This record gives sequence, structure tokens and C-alpha cells, in this order.
Amino acid sequence: MKDKPKNKKPIFLFIGKDKEPLFSKKNKKLLSDPLDDNNPITVQVLGICSALAITVQLEPAIVMTMSVIFVMACSNVIISVLRNLIPNRIRIIVFLVVISSLVALVDQFLKAYAYEVSKELSIFIGLIVTNCIIMGRLEAFALGNGVWKSFLDGIGNAFAYGVILILVAFFRELLGSGNLMGVQVIPDFIYEMGYENNGLMLLSPMALITVGIIIWIQRSRNKKLIEQG
Amino acid sequence: MNRESNSYTFLFIGVMIVGIASILAYTSQTLKPLQKENIRKEKMQNILSTVGVNVSPEEAEELYNQYVIEELSLRNDGTVNENLNPFSDINLAKELKKDYSNQHFPLYVAEIDSEKFYIIELRGVGLWDAIWGYMSLKSDFNTINGVSFDHKGETAGLGAEITKDWFKDSFVNEKVFNENGDLVGITVLKGNNDPNNTDKDDHEVDAISGSTITGDGVTDMIIERLNNYLPYLKKLNIAQL
Repeated sequence: MKDKPKNKKPIFLFIGKDKEPLFSKKNKKLLSDPLDDNNPITVQVLGICSALAITVQLEPAIVMTMSVIFVMACSNVIISVLRNLIPNRIRIIVFLVVISSLVALVDQFLKAYAYEVSKELSIFIGLIVTNCIIMGRLEAFALGNGVWKSFLDGIGNAFAYGVILILVAFFRELLGSGNLMGVQVIPDFIYEMGYENNGLMLLSPMALITVGIIIWIQRSRNKKLIEQG
Repeated sequence: MNRESNSYTFLFIGVMIVGIASILAYTSQTLKPLQKENIRKEKMQNILSTVGVNVSPEEAEELYNQYVIEELSLRNDGTVNENLNPFSDINLAKELKKDYSNQHFPLYVAEIDSEKFYIIELRGVGLWDAIWGYMSLKSDFNTINGVSFDHKGETAGLGAEITKDWFKDSFVNEKVFNENGDLVGITVLKGNNDPNNTDKDDHEVDAISGSTITGDGVTDMIIERLNNYLPYLKKLNIAQL
């Protein structure tokens, strides 16, 4: 989506009428905002379901992050391209069709080129379809903004989602099974001294509690997020 | 054209569906050979893993051809059907739905260090969906040498644990026939008094907490599939039969 020839009519394909630089302050904010002030998980509390399901180990969390980044960036772009063509009444259906076909594509490619990973993630890949972040960003952003902006918004939100996912997975795998990426990191002598892995970390409630702790830390650092009451 | 009119909406949907369907169909068709190849190699890996040969997908084919010396398609009366390649032509899931008299069962014979192993294919149902696997028996067709299990949708952390080594290892050296020569299979039992599985003559392995139904599925799958091979064994007249 680099500079395209300017067209008189505001054709849906191109970035927009204004000559904004590709990484203007506003555009950069689209990338950085979701990381903190407007984080999809910790602030908007979207996509919590998958944050519980696939954060037992680090590796699936990372693959999930990459798949979501891909699906989200692409679906944001596609919807943004089509935004002036989509009949308003069936827009949610169109979103669903676009998201699920992208997910089906990811699934097919993983099965062909990364079979082991695809087996590991099996149902979770399909669950990207139900990831509310994607639907939410399509409705709230891509439907009303240009292609480039939507692309950045998609990357930003998916990345911010992934950061939380990876953070939670890091602590759950470390404390729950003493591993990272499937490799044991807690040395044996600590176990011999009486340390035990905390099996509770492997169960979904601890994912919520970990997310809760992250929210707590984030809010104590970022006073903007505290609701005035 | 008015974006909100019915005809536009139908037109939009029509174009969208045709477009997306062709893209998906095209990708699926182009990637299918690669996917099939992955599945084939995985099958070889699984078969080899039951005889203690753990290989990467790349080496699977070569080592499979090296170790597996015989592939047989057995009819339910114990005769061998020469016209059927058990590895590629028998899909046990479909086979089990057929009329019993038309069913075929694959038997793989592997030889490692001049020791013979019989590998049978397993297929049954767990709690949510199909479970399957392979089981290798030593040359007496009684002692289990190794098993491999897989599943479609058992609960992660509970039923899905059947794929883990600690569970599979508990089958090793268990016997599937009792002293009288009756086929008893292996029972996955909870409240087994032998949690470390030191008793190898009890035809029991310890169950996984929270996955009783998957465990029962494994029990049933083993005895049912073993039963299919009895006629062939009687013909071979191996050991205690």
C-alpha cells in the first residue's frame, strides 16, 4: 500500500485524499495506542477467551499471535477496501465470511508447511474466527477508515493482543511446568531443594488471575486508565 | 446502484460467495498433495514409534522401508488379501463401518535386530470423538512392545493425555492373553492397586484422573481390534493359541 497515483474520485482502494505521510504521528499512534492506553485485552477486555485457552505453553501462544496478526491485518485491509461496497444490513455476515476464509487459508497453509504446529493448535486456529478483537476492530475501525490506517490498526491491535498472550503464557509455562518453549529452565537442584511446579497455573482460572495482575500493574503505572468515580 | 436495495445485497453476496469459494477451493486443491504427504509420513512415524524407532518426518520413509518387512491386508477369516495395500488402501475408520464380512485389517510386520514385531492398527471412540493408534506386539503376539495413541478432540490435559509418553509407556510389556490363552486385552483401570505398573501380568494399566471415558474407550478399542486379528493368529498357530 505505498503511494498510489492520485485519483480524483475517492476510490475505496487508496489511502485517502489528504497527503498524510505513511508514518505520521496519528498513524504511529494507531500502532502504539493498543499496546498500552487501549490494549484490547487489558483495557477493552476483548479476546479473553483465547487468552485463557492457549496460554498454557509459550509456543502455541506465539504461533497464535502470528496467525492473529496475519488474519487481523488482512481482514482489516479487505474490509476497508470493500467498505463502500458492503451493504450495511449484511456487514456482520461479510465480516464473518472474510475472517473465516482467512482462517481457513491459514489452517490449510499450516497443514501443508507446518504440520506439527497445526496439530498442536488444531481447534485453536478455528477459534480465531470467534476472536472478538477481530470482529470488534472491523466494525469499529476498518469500516470507517482508509486502507493503510486499517492495516496499521490491525497490526497494532493484534500485536498488543499477542504481547499479553505471550506474557501470560510465559508465566504459566514457567511456574506451571518449569519450562519455556518446552525446554526445562528451572534447574534440577531447585526441585531437589523442595520446589514444586504449581499445577494450578496450568488451569484456566490462573490465566484470568494473571491477566488481572497485568491489568493491576498497568493501571498503577498509567493513571489515565483509572475510572473517575 | 443503491447499496441498501435488496437486489444489490443479493448481488453482493453472490459475487462474494463465488469469489471466496474459488479462492478456498484453489488453495485446498493445490496444497492437498503436501498435506497428504504429511499425513502419510506421520502414519509411518506412528508405526515406527511403537517399535521404539522415533524419527523425524524427513527420515520416516527411509526407515519405514528399512524396518517394515511385510504389510498384510487381512480378511476377517484370517486370509490375506493380496490385492489391497494395507498402508494406502485401508482406512480403518471406513473399514469398521462396512459389513463385517467385507472388513479388512492392516497388519505390519517389522524386523529390528532380527526380532520380529507385529504392529496392528487401533481405532475406537473416546469421550468426544475418534481415538486411534498403533500397537506393536512381540513375536509371541502376546507381549506389548509399544503403543502410540492419537485422538481427534479429547479434552486437553485430561483425555488428550493418552498421547503422552508416561501413559503409553505403561502398556509396555503388558500381556494381552491370559494364562488360559484367552484374549483379554488391556484394561485402563482407575483405582488400580498398581499405580507404578510394576505388575506386568495383570492386563491392567493405571487410568488418567478425569478421563475415565477416554480410558474406557482405549480399553474397548484394544480388545475389539485385537479380536479382529484372532482368525489370522489361529492360522499362524502362534504360541499359546
